[in-house]
Amino acid sequence: MIYFDNAATTRMRPEVIKAMMPFFDKSYGNASSLHDLGQNARAALEASRESIAKILSVEPNEIIFCSCATEANNLALKGLAFEAKKEGKNHLIVSKIEHHCVLNAAEWLEQNGFDVTYLPVDSYGFVDLGKLENSINDKTFLVSVMYANNEIGTIEPIKEIAEICAAKGVPLHTDAVQAFGKIPVETKGISMMALSAHKIYGPKGVGLLMKRSDIKLEPLLHGGGHEFNLRSGTENVAGIVGFAKALELALKEMPKESKRQKEMRDEIIKRVLEIPETRLNGHPKIRLPNNANFSFRYVEGESIIMKLNEHNIAASTGSACSSPKLEPSHVLLALGLPPSDAHGSLRISLGRYNKKREVDYFCKVLPGIIDELRSISPFWKAKR
Amino acid sequence: MYTEEVMKHFRNPLNMGKLEDASGVGKVGNIVCGDVMWLYIKVVKNSEGKEIIDDIKWQTFGCVAAIATSSVVSEIARGKTIEEAIALSNEDIVRKLKGLPPIKIHCSLLAVDALHEAIYDYLKKHNRPIPEKLEQKHQKILKDMAEIEARYKDFIDLEKKIGNSR
Repeated sequence: MIYFDNAATTRMRPEVIKAMMPFFDKSYGNASSLHDLGQNARAALEASRESIAKILSVEPNEIIFCSCATEANNLALKGLAFEAKKEGKNHLIVSKIEHHCVLNAAEWLEQNGFDVTYLPVDSYGFVDLGKLENSINDKTFLVSVMYANNEIGTIEPIKEIAEICAAKGVPLHTDAVQAFGKIPVETKGISMMALSAHKIYGPKGVGLLMKRSDIKLEPLLHGGGHEFNLRSGTENVAGIVGFAKALELALKEMPKESKRQKEMRDEIIKRVLEIPETRLNGHPKIRLPNNANFSFRYVEGESIIMKLNEHNIAASTGSACSSPKLEPSHVLLALGLPPSDAHGSLRISLGRYNKKREVDYFCKVLPGIIDELRSISPFWKAKR
Repeated sequence: MYTEEVMKHFRNPLNMGKLEDASGVGKVGNIVCGDVMWLYIKVVKNSEGKEIIDDIKWQTFGCVAAIATSSVVSEIARGKTIEEAIALSNEDIVRKLKGLPPIKIHCSLLAVDALHEAIYDYLKKHNRPIPEKLEQKHQKILKDMAEIEARYKDFIDLEKKIGNSR
């Protein structure tokens, strides 16, 4: 299988698996236990926290481990919302192209009495900075804009957004799940940041929220007071150790890997755009080095994915048929794509295991698939 | 998520294309929803003097299920009398495909709608009486279409605007 779906999840690195193994059957203690088994686990957990804190240029007590980025984003939005309410603040700003875990958390807050502004984006997916500035008011408790978009790869102007937030005295949260390990991620000016292990060749089931010590949150999970009383529940020691290892390795190989993947990405973009009536979604340059997203007019995305699957190529789509709501991706809609483009999208997300020959094979196979699907599409024939 | 039967029809769809000398055409679905089916039928009289669907072809924009249900409806309806074809339901399609995921059931409804609309078109063109069931269905399809067009007006306008500029 040619795996071009690395934005969905990644294959774990052998080094990460190796680092995790002892915590399943040797140092398996509960990190809260007083005996040696527990304290060994605690030491590994805290060493991982310190290593990650160092990478992110923050203090160890500003790292809160949790089960996934969905949880981290929920904790950031809801945790701060509940705290802000005590001070009479009830306004949240999010972009329209956030991941569902941010958008649906925002919608839930809206249903529960909070005001939410959904920031529009331009045709590349860049957040409207003017609108952001104008939307902030004295009730605003948080701005949440993702570092880079998971579908179209657009890298948001986080530095400028952070400056606007700082000038207005409003905290900024960013979902950096897709950005970390692919582009340099700065934590300067950022109050909270969500990361996930399984997008960077680490294990599923572990994420983190970086939270500055001056930001107070209400926990979502109550229990034994783990993670500075912000996320109760026995720590996933093996997962956290794997996360730290994955982060360290991702950062180390980033300069080389992002260059290599960018070359493959650009080759894909160049060759795929030779197919007639095809558009590239997102910005041609200011995008993640591993992301390419296209719309093929008059074909439907799920059909493209399943035809690619027949050729042993794994990719994904933002088409309506891939979602239970039967509406095309909110990201593509926010870009202002017409229905025929929004339904026929294909996302290619590369990773460290991909090879140039896989790119070649894909570029050779794809035009035939698009032709085949267009040949049975009423609109394509009607156009001819 | 799909049965092997669905994938078989997706891989090798039957009767796809356009009938230039069609007796009736059924056009259903909307690009807004991501599924559009155009179905063409050729009606002739058989040796017993009964009208049968002698040939059938389709063009579909849609997902795996939309393509597979188009293929199956054409396979089932070919050779059937008009009455038999009117009596077909989406359950016949789903059964033939050995099941469809719940969120894809609407594709099977759409495929049968396309067939029934093609028959409606044929009967109407020949000034023939329309069976009540077919007329009701036709009215419902028109109503649903109008609702979708009203609900997604901005989105559809976007399509027209971009379509015109190309």
